[in-house]
Amino acid sequence: MMELVSYLGYLLATCLFIFGLKRLGSPNTARQGNIISACGMFIGVFSTFIQTGFGGFQLIFLGMVVGAVIGVLAAKLVAMTAMPEMVALLNGFGGGSSLLVAFGAYLVAPQIGVVTASITVVSIIIGGLTLTGSIVAWAKLAGTLPTRPFSFFGQQVLNALILIGLVVAIVMFSMDAVSHISLLYAVITVALVLGVLSVMAIGGGDMPVVIALLNSYSGIAAAAAGSVIGNVLLIVAGLLVGASGLILTSIMCKAMNRSLANVLFGGFGSVSSSSQSDKDQGEVNPITADDAYFVLEAARSVVIVPGYGMAVAQAQHSVRELGDILEEHGVNVRYAIHPVAGRMPGHMNVLLAESNVPYEQLYEMDDINPIIDNVDVCLVIGANDVVNPDALEDEASPIYGMPIIEVSRSQTVFVMKRSMNPGFAGIQNPLFFKDNTRMLFGDAKESLQALIGEFKE
Amino acid sequence: MDLMVAIYTLFIVVLVVFLGFELISKVPSTLHTPLMSGSNAISGITLLGAIVLVGISETPISQWVAFAAVVMATINVVGGYLVTDRMLDMFKSKDQSK
Repeated sequence: MMELVSYLGYLLATCLFIFGLKRLGSPNTARQGNIISACGMFIGVFSTFIQTGFGGFQLIFLGMVVGAVIGVLAAKLVAMTAMPEMVALLNGFGGGSSLLVAFGAYLVAPQIGVVTASITVVSIIIGGLTLTGSIVAWAKLAGTLPTRPFSFFGQQVLNALILIGLVVAIVMFSMDAVSHISLLYAVITVALVLGVLSVMAIGGGDMPVVIALLNSYSGIAAAAAGSVIGNVLLIVAGLLVGASGLILTSIMCKAMNRSLANVLFGGFGSVSSSSQSDKDQGEVNPITADDAYFVLEAARSVVIVPGYGMAVAQAQHSVRELGDILEEHGVNVRYAIHPVAGRMPGHMNVLLAESNVPYEQLYEMDDINPIIDNVDVCLVIGANDVVNPDALEDEASPIYGMPIIEVSRSQTVFVMKRSMNPGFAGIQNPLFFKDNTRMLFGDAKESLQALIGEFKE
Repeated sequence: MDLMVAIYTLFIVVLVVFLGFELISKVPSTLHTPLMSGSNAISGITLLGAIVLVGISETPISQWVAFAAVVMATINVVGGYLVTDRMLDMFKSKDQSK
């Protein structure tokens, strides 16, 4: 009887997860969707207690209190600009938990059949990979580790050997699970190392793809752990996350016009960009805030293109302030957001939302490019690769073929940039040398404040 | 695992993967971050597995493993939902913010 009640609870939880995800897909209902999904989780947990007859309740309760305190603190204390690394870290914990569940299930009952044994190993591998991969992603995003892709001689070969070794381990373990506990320890170690190696090899600019992919992994790991422990809700919810993470990953890859394999193994950024650096680019045209003010004041339409530099300078509030002042002067202000601007999918949207930019003013790349010829001023704030014309013009460029926001087609382009150092991957940006481009050097926030000051005078 | 159970599970797997693709593929890029962190919270569903595991653990080692699993999964669930809620709280349209 209790069994039945708990399964009906699982069914209800499944429906709530699906409704919740559906509602997350539209700005007006998203918050409600998240709450619906949280209710699903609560019902799922409660149903599980009914099923197990509250076995080991004290230990579970203690663990949940510890976890909840850490979770609440993490969620409340994190700054909005640090959101990508927080999401990455939380995701890693989910993966780690799936690893432990699969491993613990084996410790309790090592007499398992071929199918369960192989799924146990898969769950441990993906869970371990997610755990350390996410921690490395977190460290890279937080700046604790350098964001450059880290590669060494023979890396591809080593990765290939590790993968072969893991496949062999899966086969050996599933043949005879009981006597191979030491093999399982080896698998755990190798999976943890593989997570570190594979994310270390990926550059900071590719982080949106990595985070989406790790998110997908943690779902798959949960589904695999669910299959080991015979829990249908884990399978369903885990796969929902796995599938949605894969979709996001493929959207991110498309936005960079690169294959997933290229992102993961390309060692992007270690390629030398000799084709551009040797070329004579001409002179850049710097501009002062004073002069920029006169151009902006005369403009009728302005498009603001933010990038990771805006997040670094924490300039989102100043951006909104300038946007508001421009609107008061009768300027049509729009924000153009490239799908991979920033360090996670939709990173810029979150920051601009934090500073209260209404989402009606945010435009996607495909909506802004057709009308960009009629724009008077494009204001590029801390964006680099996503506005690099080489992606359209120079076939030798490593980013050739990536769709960009074609700011150079507007009347005037202002680029706010700290210095002339090339962005991630060391790719020079010919946009800076175009005739209609003016460079506003300095910290993005200070430059914006200077512009705002000019308007207020 | 019983063969029939395995086959039923495969049915669920296929259907859910299709459902996941359908649910997500049309979401506007504005919501990609909250969507990701919201689905990230759901991946903490492995908490249920951890709870079951504590209940059936007998040796100290497996109890520690299960306990750690509960802690990690709870961090993922609680942190994930709260972070998502905090982000979505900021998404306002023009009428709402004024």
